[in-house]
Amino acid sequence: MGVLASVLGVFDITLDKLSDGELWLAQFFRGLSDGATYASVALALVMIYKSTGFINFAQGSLALLGVYLAYIFSVEQGLPVAVAVVCAMVASSAVAMLVERVFIRPFPPDHVLPLVIVTLGLLLIIDSAVGIVWGFRTRSLPSMFPSGAPIEWGIAQLTWRTIGNLGTVFAVVGLLYLLLSRTKVGLAFRAVSSNLESARLVGIRVGPTLGFGWALAAAIGTLGGALVVPDLLLEPSIMLRVLIFSLAAAALGGLDSMVGAVIGGLVVGLARNLLVTFLDLSELALATAVAVILVVLLVRPTGLFGSTRVERV
Amino acid sequence: MSAPYLEVQGLKAAYGDIQVLHGIDFSVAEGQIAVILGANGAGKTTTLRALCAMVSTEGSIKLAGDELAGQRTADIVRRGVAHVPQGRGTFPELSVEENLMAGAFVRSDPEVRADADRWYETFPVLGERRGQTAGSLSGGEQQMLAIARALMLRPSLLLLDEPSLGLAPMITRSLFEQLTAINADAGTTMLVVEQNASLALGVADVAYVLEAGEVALSGPADELAADDNVRRAYLGY
Repeated sequence: MGVLASVLGVFDITLDKLSDGELWLAQFFRGLSDGATYASVALALVMIYKSTGFINFAQGSLALLGVYLAYIFSVEQGLPVAVAVVCAMVASSAVAMLVERVFIRPFPPDHVLPLVIVTLGLLLIIDSAVGIVWGFRTRSLPSMFPSGAPIEWGIAQLTWRTIGNLGTVFAVVGLLYLLLSRTKVGLAFRAVSSNLESARLVGIRVGPTLGFGWALAAAIGTLGGALVVPDLLLEPSIMLRVLIFSLAAAALGGLDSMVGAVIGGLVVGLARNLLVTFLDLSELALATAVAVILVVLLVRPTGLFGSTRVERV
Repeated sequence: MSAPYLEVQGLKAAYGDIQVLHGIDFSVAEGQIAVILGANGAGKTTTLRALCAMVSTEGSIKLAGDELAGQRTADIVRRGVAHVPQGRGTFPELSVEENLMAGAFVRSDPEVRADADRWYETFPVLGERRGQTAGSLSGGEQQMLAIARALMLRPSLLLLDEPSLGLAPMITRSLFEQLTAINADAGTTMLVVEQNASLALGVADVAYVLEAGEVALSGPADELAADDNVRRAYLGY
């Protein structure tokens, strides 16, 4: 009987919460805000996946490095946060190009497994190096956006930060779309991702093109990190959690779709916040991300918007 | 006779430990069509790949007197060598139009647009499908697109690896007619690897027969077409 009572007790609380419209709305806004941050890191993953066919596990670590640089530039050097983030994006791009040149390019681009293992190694090395250089104590990075909320309903607030996060991620997708579809370097990038051999045969320099992809992905990842970190605290393992949610977002959206990455990010952000709030699953937040990955792989391996490679021959 | 446009001497190529070409010599004069015949595994595709530095090689490859051996693929393309690889020479996720623009990737002159329109006229089906992705085209249409993509470079040397592969005989015939027309019109030197020996010998000026990575026979295409050994082995009558 005691067990039954406690189960009923849990449901009581849950039912209370479920009928609370303001709580729903509040979690909805929080979910969108989180989702936007997952979406931007997912976009970086999709960039690399599209061009190389593998998931760059070091993506979160390059973003981590970028966020620490943003912290140095803003908190220690006194630059405005937005300026510091832009500087950090540039710096992390440079690091990513160097990493690509030294650790990735020596391997043949069509053998994926060794490259995946290299990126896993890079994840461990960069995360540890950040820990060694900056220590493991937590720091806080201020947000790029003003505090406060222009719209409020009771506890539900649509904050400037939520609006800023969403606006940033949509701006990034729009700019990426223009870059990839309207510029020559974008054409080269898409040609390399479509057919490596033919890309060589039209005179595209494959190595520098992929290096450009790494630089761009690192900049986007750093921006995503700068969106997410103000909600949490900056410490060397922070991006590992973000990476897992972003992987879930990218898998849900379909790994090779940029629009899919954004929608996947928002869905994962919403699902996470609603599950944690209404089912008291805060211990299992990361597990929900892994569950999303598993379900997608089982039910629809190409994700919501991924392309199944159907070709007429 | 002036020096040949493409002159290959002692060309060797290997995939890892497996030696495929054992030092072959051949040459193509400017504006000619040369055909390479041979059984499967004789090294025909490898020969074309070697010319573009898509496989590691030894030996000399001279194009208009300049040494290509040792250069990178991207630089060889900038010297005007276009290569239509076997089977999949297009970018399946890109539109027909984008495939042509990718073909002109190394060009920055203002006539790229006019060239694309010209190939849309030559291959009207490509013009009708310019917004479609290449992967959605039929095999024959994809082969036309791969060739048009290569011609967008305005190549001085066009390498074609089995352009007839998987195409219906009628389509193959019209494709070869178009290739000879382009050769006559623009003076593009062509080196063609082809299984359809009778068709290829019909349009070629010179022919080389590869056997096990060595040149077994060579000569003017009409002489080889009349050669009893070639007829038995490659023409089947």
